[in-house]
Amino acid sequence: MNAVAPGFAEPVLAAQATFRTVMEAMARPGTIRRLAGVDAPAPLSPAAAAIALTLLDYETPFWLDAPLAASGEVARFISFHTGARVTADPADAAFAFVAAPAAAPPFTSFAQGSAEYPDRSTTLVLQVADLADGDGMVLRGPGIAGTRQLAASPLPANFLEQLADNRAQFPRGIDILLAASDAVAGMPRSLHVAGG
Amino acid sequence: MYVAVKGGERAIDNAHRLLEQKRRGDPAVPELTLEQISEQLALACDRVMAEGSLYDRELAALAVKQARGDLVEAIFLVRAYRTTLPRFGASEPIDTGAMEIRRRISAAFKDLPGGQVLGPTFDYTHRLLDTTLGESPSPRLRGEGRERSERGEGDSPHSRAPGDPPSPGAFGADLSAQAGRGESSAMPRVTDILGNDGLIEPCPPGEADAPVGDLTRAPLTFPAARDLRLQNLARGDEGFLLALGYSTQRGYGRTHPFAGEIRLGEVEVEFMAEEVGFAVPLGAITVTECQMINQFHGSSTEPPQFTRGYGLAFGHCERKVMAMALVDRALRADDLGEERKGPAQNEEFVLSHSDNVQATGFVEHLKLPHYVDFQSELVLIRRMRAEIAAAGETQREAAE
Amino acid sequence: MAVLAQATTDEIAAALAALGPPPAHVEVRPAETGLVMVRGRIGGDGAPFNLGEATATRCAVQLASGEIGFGYVLGRDGDKARLAALADALWQSADYQMAVEQNVVGPLRARQHARLARSRDETAATKVDFFTLVRGDN
Repeated sequence: MNAVAPGFAEPVLAAQATFRTVMEAMARPGTIRRLAGVDAPAPLSPAAAAIALTLLDYETPFWLDAPLAASGEVARFISFHTGARVTADPADAAFAFVAAPAAAPPFTSFAQGSAEYPDRSTTLVLQVADLADGDGMVLRGPGIAGTRQLAASPLPANFLEQLADNRAQFPRGIDILLAASDAVAGMPRSLHVAGG
Repeated sequence: MYVAVKGGERAIDNAHRLLEQKRRGDPAVPELTLEQISEQLALACDRVMAEGSLYDRELAALAVKQARGDLVEAIFLVRAYRTTLPRFGASEPIDTGAMEIRRRISAAFKDLPGGQVLGPTFDYTHRLLDTTLGESPSPRLRGEGRERSERGEGDSPHSRAPGDPPSPGAFGADLSAQAGRGESSAMPRVTDILGNDGLIEPCPPGEADAPVGDLTRAPLTFPAARDLRLQNLARGDEGFLLALGYSTQRGYGRTHPFAGEIRLGEVEVEFMAEEVGFAVPLGAITVTECQMINQFHGSSTEPPQFTRGYGLAFGHCERKVMAMALVDRALRADDLGEERKGPAQNEEFVLSHSDNVQATGFVEHLKLPHYVDFQSELVLIRRMRAEIAAAGETQREAAE
Repeated sequence: MAVLAQATTDEIAAALAALGPPPAHVEVRPAETGLVMVRGRIGGDGAPFNLGEATATRCAVQLASGEIGFGYVLGRDGDKARLAALADALWQSADYQMAVEQNVVGPLRARQHARLARSRDETAATKVDFFTLVRGDN
């Protein structure tokens, strides 16, 4: 068996710190939180890798977009460290990792959860090149006093329309984490998003 | 409805300190070690493992100690602990047919292949209190067990938790010398023997990769499949299952049971680790299994054959698995076209009330402050009484 | 791996120590304790069901020469999982396989067989022959 890159050096502490960061990011949508990443096989970003090592386990199948799935190294890295299995069906995925957001499949192709179990939906981790406060999207909803601005790129096609459709089926729907190389921002399904 | 209250922090802190003192008892008496509990109160640990649904002897011993011997409390502690650990996955199904047997009896067949071995049993003891056990060290064990240091093992032929001292063993070397072969003969399950002749219903092996129900992951719904029922019963309260099993014998859902086979021993646990590429042996665990053979049953398409009830649980817990097998069989009433007459045949009743952590939580929550609740009932009952009194007054006035 | 899983931590440590200082290695996946859901079969031989969980600890180490060894053991002993992983990695290495087989696996297996034989004898001493009494005519 070939070498697999190591995961967290301090698994318990690092996973706790990352969990805290992701939780805060989701609780305060649109705020940008620094995240200590983990070196992982390209093109999985260090922040996305840290999120994967923290949140995945053998009961959370994950889906990878074409660039991440290409070499097989990313899937092997994640499976080795978390026990999670990769799935080819986005609707079967508890988590989906997307390295090329512009080419992401429509949100409706992922698990949406059910009325009884809205938690059984996909959390989408979008790797973005840029993530900043300021001109871009205007966010409002639970966890935001008034409104908050967030700029991120690249983003999926028809992002705002897709988010609106996602919001309309609440409590069902996907949640999104925007992962830059060393930071993360949360966009839970409860969010209302308008263009900036 | 429960309305929260605040306050009492100091009293609670002091109560917990007092509890700790009482748990320790008289400091002049030596403190129990986990090894002592695990070795000498082994069946208490087994029950905590079975109903705590967590196989870990050391944790079970710790829970028994912390709970001052209250086993339901200990089970609660273990259940709480298990929620803090990630799950790696599910094992390959254990093969009880390949068990390293320490006890195996049948009440149905006298001469079964492989023979019957009594193992460490309370059966045939006279239930006379042995006052010599009150002396320390117990005189019956003095001078015995000195040849045992080589072995480094207690009852289990398998590995121990690190740091556990070798147990002296109660009988010394003379017992093993009586047999002195060190071999194990093949011991096929009694149900396999009957199954070969088609005299007992088969247990379909199920489809490979079919999902296995897990009540720790999805809430129970009814009707529940047999895999979920058995999971529920395996962690169910021994007392509850015992009473229900007993009730079936007394006529509340009679199934005419025979203890086809009871076996106790160690089985290997294997885990399919994807990254390793094969099923990895993790070590061995002790389990008890009971195969009940029940009244025959036939239909227009099937010739008469025996039916079966099944019991399996962690540790040495014969009473538990026998009761479990009786209840498992009783719960199959609908499947086998039997009329449901007794409580043990009522799936929702049995499965909803078998868990002693749930049960103790709901029963014991009644002692938490319900002041607002009770106050509203008090107001209501006073008003009703006043209304009745007023109505009586009016009637009397009208009569006068 | 079965032999290592059934050995105690001290036994593995002592056996490995006899091989001299271990070659350079890294823990690619540090020891981690979790749960394995133990499954049984309905009726002993039927469809699987979930019996209950068991604590388990796993670890993966990699030798400088590339071999990855896995330790998977019941219980919560990180040292045991680490030592088992190291022994597994060494066993895969051509330089060490013979030594591991002779000095680690072999002696541990022999001890386990001795324990097992002892336990089987104890059990066999309780073997019972029941006989049925013939009923009289009245």
